[in-house]
Amino acid sequence: MESPEDLRYTSEHEWIRLDGDEGTIGITDFAQEQLGDVVYVELPEAGTRLVQGDTFGTIESVKAVSDLFAPVSGEVLEWNEALQDAPELVNASPYGDGWLLKMRVEELAQVDALLDAASYRSGTVSA
Amino acid sequence: MQLALRDRHAAQGARFASFAGWAMPVQYGGILEEHAAVRNGVGVFDVSHLGRVWVRGAEAGAAIRSVSTYDVTRLEPGRAHYSLYCTTEGGIADDIFIYHLETERWLVVHNAANAAADHARLAAVKQGVVEEVTRETVMLAVQGPGARATLGAVLGAEVWDLELHDCRELSWGGGAVIFARTGYTGEDGGECITDRERAGPLWDALVEAGAAPVGLGARDTLRLEAALPLHGNDIDTHRHPYEAGLGWAVTLQDGVPFTGREALVQIKEKPREQRLGHLRALERGVPRAGYTVYNRASEAVSRLTSGAYSPTLRVGIGMAYLPIALTEPGTQLTVDVRGRSLPMEVVRRPFYKREDA
Repeated sequence: MESPEDLRYTSEHEWIRLDGDEGTIGITDFAQEQLGDVVYVELPEAGTRLVQGDTFGTIESVKAVSDLFAPVSGEVLEWNEALQDAPELVNASPYGDGWLLKMRVEELAQVDALLDAASYRSGTVSA
Repeated sequence: MQLALRDRHAAQGARFASFAGWAMPVQYGGILEEHAAVRNGVGVFDVSHLGRVWVRGAEAGAAIRSVSTYDVTRLEPGRAHYSLYCTTEGGIADDIFIYHLETERWLVVHNAANAAADHARLAAVKQGVVEEVTRETVMLAVQGPGARATLGAVLGAEVWDLELHDCRELSWGGGAVIFARTGYTGEDGGECITDRERAGPLWDALVEAGAAPVGLGARDTLRLEAALPLHGNDIDTHRHPYEAGLGWAVTLQDGVPFTGREALVQIKEKPREQRLGHLRALERGVPRAGYTVYNRASEAVSRLTSGAYSPTLRVGIGMAYLPIALTEPGTQLTVDVRGRSLPMEVVRRPFYKREDA
């Protein structure tokens, strides 16, 4: 199961990639593998303010539905509209074209406090 | 319980989940891919978890008839038919397939979750010799437009002289394979039952002849597109055959008693209050079993008994018992999808029908 070193992770199997104060969010390779074929993603519009830990959307596979939780607080800049017609991108490229949201991160310290790749991997192995 | 072919499934990349006490392959590559393989090519399912019971003897047909709804005594040898077990109140205890293989030899196939109770039901009837062979045999379903070529290559082209719901015992691999033109996907194809010794070679030959392994996940989306009910979801002891649209599987006119007959005679005479309806989503969203169905006045009128994303139609579909006034095709309803209102429309069954059917 892939989990790139330059990302931060949550125990809810999401990742965030920081570029300045702009964060890109997605679900991990482990999460997409567990969910199976993704068929529908519901995400918030730009301008929505998210609070760390809140549910911000849902991701549905053929068999299961899963809530998405904001890994950090901030404002939604855009959601990945390509997923509307091609939700399978989440499976094919969870860390690339299958990203979910871009957001303006309010407190960079919240990102620092998330799991690094090694900690995330050890958590999924024991899970 | 472990399938006889578990190692083969694991080698094909199967992900297993427990279903009615069996570790079953839910998916191999992915549900969408497997679903498409059955709609466009050919798939093979290991459905050995289904209960299989032999009933033998001159009175075997009458014995089965005494506890099931369809008059199977009218089945010629070599023919199979869908039927139901009902409670004395007329509720559906299970839906089953009955194969009249030879004059004094019948096979009955049960749902896995009900297999023990169903076996006991047959064993309690004193006529006929009842023998459960679920663990001694393996059952493989081969389904899809390519099933004809695959089954012909493996079992011999003569299987294609058989009509829908024909069944035969064939010689294969030094033993026997029971083959029937039946299935649970809405596609052409058949089902094979053989002993554990021949199970591996048969699976390998079917895969070699082009059949893609398909798990229970795609089996569920395939059967739902074909609007085939699943016992435990769409039908159960609280529902009777007439509201489930299964009145065709109940024979009353022969006057022969069977479990539930008296109740069913009365139920049939009364006007229906509800009927199993078929709903198709008008917007994006995935309706699932248990979600609440609302009428246009936002009153809760039902719950979905099944629901899924339809890989073929690329929309959400589902089934629900609806008040008769809401069963007309075109009726607009909504389903609460986790707090969001998803518009759905009542449609005729099935959701999907193959072109040559």
